[in-house]
Amino acid sequence: MSYCRQEGKDRIIFVTKEDHDTPSNAELIADDPNDPYEEQGLILPNGDINWNCPCLGGMASGPCGSQFKEAFSCFHYSKEEVKGSECIDNFRNMQECMQRYPELYPQEEDKESSSQGESSSGSDSAAPSDNSALISESDSTPAAASSDSTSPTDSQIAS
Amino acid sequence: MLKCRTVWKKLAPLARSSSTLCRQNVKRTGLNNGRIPTCVPAANMSTGPGGLGGDNLKYTIMVGAACVGSLTYAYFLLKGDQKRYQERIEEITTRSQRSSKEEAATVQSEPPAVEATQTEAVPESVPEAAPSPEEPSPPAAPAEEPAAPAEAAAPSETTAPPPAADSTPASLKVPSHSPYLLIGGGTASFAAARSIRARDPGARVLIVTDEPDLPYMRPPLSKELWFSDDPSVTETLRFKQWNGKERSIYFQPPSFYINSEELASAENGGVAVLTGKKVVHMDVRGNKVKLDDDTEISYDKCLIATGGVPRNLQVIERAGEEVMKKTTLFRKIEDFKSLDNVSRNAKSITIIGGGFLGSELACALGRRSTESGLEVIQMFPEKGNMGKVLPEYLSNWTTEKVKREGVKVIAEALVKSVTCKDDKLEIHLKDGRLVKTDHIVAAVGLEPNVDLAKSAGLEVDSDFGGYRVNAELQARSNIWVAGDAACFYDIRLGRRRVEHHDHAVVSGRLAGENMTGASKPYWHQSMFWSDLGPDVGYEAIGIVDSSLPTVGVFAKATAKDTPKAATEKSGTGIRSESETEDTATSPVASVTPLPPVAHKDDYGKGVIFYLRDKVVVGIILWNVFNRMPIARKIIKDGEEHADLNEVAKLFNIHED
Repeated sequence: MSYCRQEGKDRIIFVTKEDHDTPSNAELIADDPNDPYEEQGLILPNGDINWNCPCLGGMASGPCGSQFKEAFSCFHYSKEEVKGSECIDNFRNMQECMQRYPELYPQEEDKESSSQGESSSGSDSAAPSDNSALISESDSTPAAASSDSTSPTDSQIAS
Repeated sequence: MLKCRTVWKKLAPLARSSSTLCRQNVKRTGLNNGRIPTCVPAANMSTGPGGLGGDNLKYTIMVGAACVGSLTYAYFLLKGDQKRYQERIEEITTRSQRSSKEEAATVQSEPPAVEATQTEAVPESVPEAAPSPEEPSPPAAPAEEPAAPAEAAAPSETTAPPPAADSTPASLKVPSHSPYLLIGGGTASFAAARSIRARDPGARVLIVTDEPDLPYMRPPLSKELWFSDDPSVTETLRFKQWNGKERSIYFQPPSFYINSEELASAENGGVAVLTGKKVVHMDVRGNKVKLDDDTEISYDKCLIATGGVPRNLQVIERAGEEVMKKTTLFRKIEDFKSLDNVSRNAKSITIIGGGFLGSELACALGRRSTESGLEVIQMFPEKGNMGKVLPEYLSNWTTEKVKREGVKVIAEALVKSVTCKDDKLEIHLKDGRLVKTDHIVAAVGLEPNVDLAKSAGLEVDSDFGGYRVNAELQARSNIWVAGDAACFYDIRLGRRRVEHHDHAVVSGRLAGENMTGASKPYWHQSMFWSDLGPDVGYEAIGIVDSSLPTVGVFAKATAKDTPKAATEKSGTGIRSESETEDTATSPVASVTPLPPVAHKDDYGKGVIFYLRDKVVVGIILWNVFNRMPIARKIIKDGEEHADLNEVAKLFNIHED
């Protein structure tokens, strides 16, 4: 059983697991997915890519940023049957650039293939690469990045 | 002339009152003299007016003595003041003569151009311990004084060791123009640089910093770096996380940046960092700044992210050179290096300050003390650790935790004076206690760096300090401020100034977005966290002030609910990472579940709500992790909730 105690202006409540078993009746305001103030995910409401998404780490801002943007844009807007098949050149450019900076982009084979994935795996591109550069960047924006995971969670709560 | 005025001012009220008293006594004496013979019988019966006849003399003597006494006191006070003032000026001049490349004249006089940086030189203002990137030697590091701004020229000469990895990318040639100019090379500045580069293709960004280092993150300096097993950690500045992953405190290795010489010509732009250069003057009308070496850089958009300088205790500053040499003001990489060195050689270290930095350092050093026999003392004026943040019951609980980390905690301690005796420091507390120690770490707050306010004509906030900016972090048309130095308008929580890492990131990002045309207000609430050893940690968001009424909802903690367990489960090292990696990584093979161990402490884990006018303005997640988005949502809504226990249910505190 939960019990409550007051110490001056501070209230302390102890609850057991059973106390918190029943669903909460606290009301939260529904989120507006098109709120211009909110942090956006990888894909903006208008379909564009959000290059400032923390999930990309620093891929769009580093020395190979423009090559990365070209390659990923090409892939994103690709209407081919095999998505991104016409973007081979762009990806090769990107890879060449990245090879020039092994410190920033440690060479891993699955990186290009994963970065050709869709928005969900767009965040994966930050993951399997597992290099200090990306993690350091994603690390430096913990809260901002969490907004990526915020959106799905929030809409769940709101509904 | 001035002295006479101050003397008169001081004495005026005294003179007035004593003169009226004298006059009254004289009147009474005059009146009574004639009446004494007739009033004597009446005087014997009572202490009425007639009785003043004989007492009159006593009164005159007392008043006279008081006058003489106060005059003497005032005289000695002023003499002492003047003597102290003289000593101080002498000290300043001798120090400025001692340091290399000094223009002693600038300290005494105050030419307009350098005035912005001389706010520290004015004797009346709180003396600040200015940053000391140019003095790598550990004991000399904290010995700063108002002439420091002029010393900024020194770093290019003195041996500031370049970042461990590669040759320093900072070139000595200063570009004359940069479309994006970021003043300050810390977290906010780096976040802004990245934001600008992401949004403006091919952007050319120039970061100017007076530190010798590339942008790095500060939290590990008081936490993770101390827990590293690597003896060369002070050089590598890398730390191994729980899962074995290692990373550097630098946001990016040197190869990320381009040379400032190449900035103008680089095809796709880039970020260049000018280290060891300080901006001393800002010309807003001309859209340009002047560095300490007299070169000028013009800009299109400018960000001021100058952060701040650690505050010092007045008693320490007045205590003299010997004491200052044994004092560390902790903020930068070199402070970490110096304190690490001290901790290996000293027998006793005292930390003054019971907030985040003080408590974290105390725990870090306390852990070391178990191996080396180092005595770690922490003293602060509050009743318990984090006394200004946590409600009292939690603050007390935390203090016990800190003590268990091997720290001798002295609460309710106000430092009266510090002296150096036989190469040891003696700290005299106001209540009479005496603490003897080898070294002091002062963690008593941060003074935001607003040196450029004067020359730039920017507003400084009188309540919170820092540059006053609007909700979009803008100070003037092309000038934004982010990080510790920004006093901004938070649409939800009101005007505030935040000194946390994540805020630097969030505000830096926002400033970068707005510098590239976004016009967004501060909306995504930043969070902060603290770890007190590996067993207790909390994350917090919003206004977390212990003076606000709070409601805490707690459950019993199991052994699974520690920062260590949280990181092991999500496969990341720093807890701040785990929010990021949430969507990306698949969790590392989980640790074998431990049997739930009931802790003896009541406040194992839970949620604490901070209320202002019945609205939740701040939340602490106590040993409960990965739920910050929910907390952020509650603050964002800004609703009045009738039953906070229901709100607490949203956090599922009983689960991992």
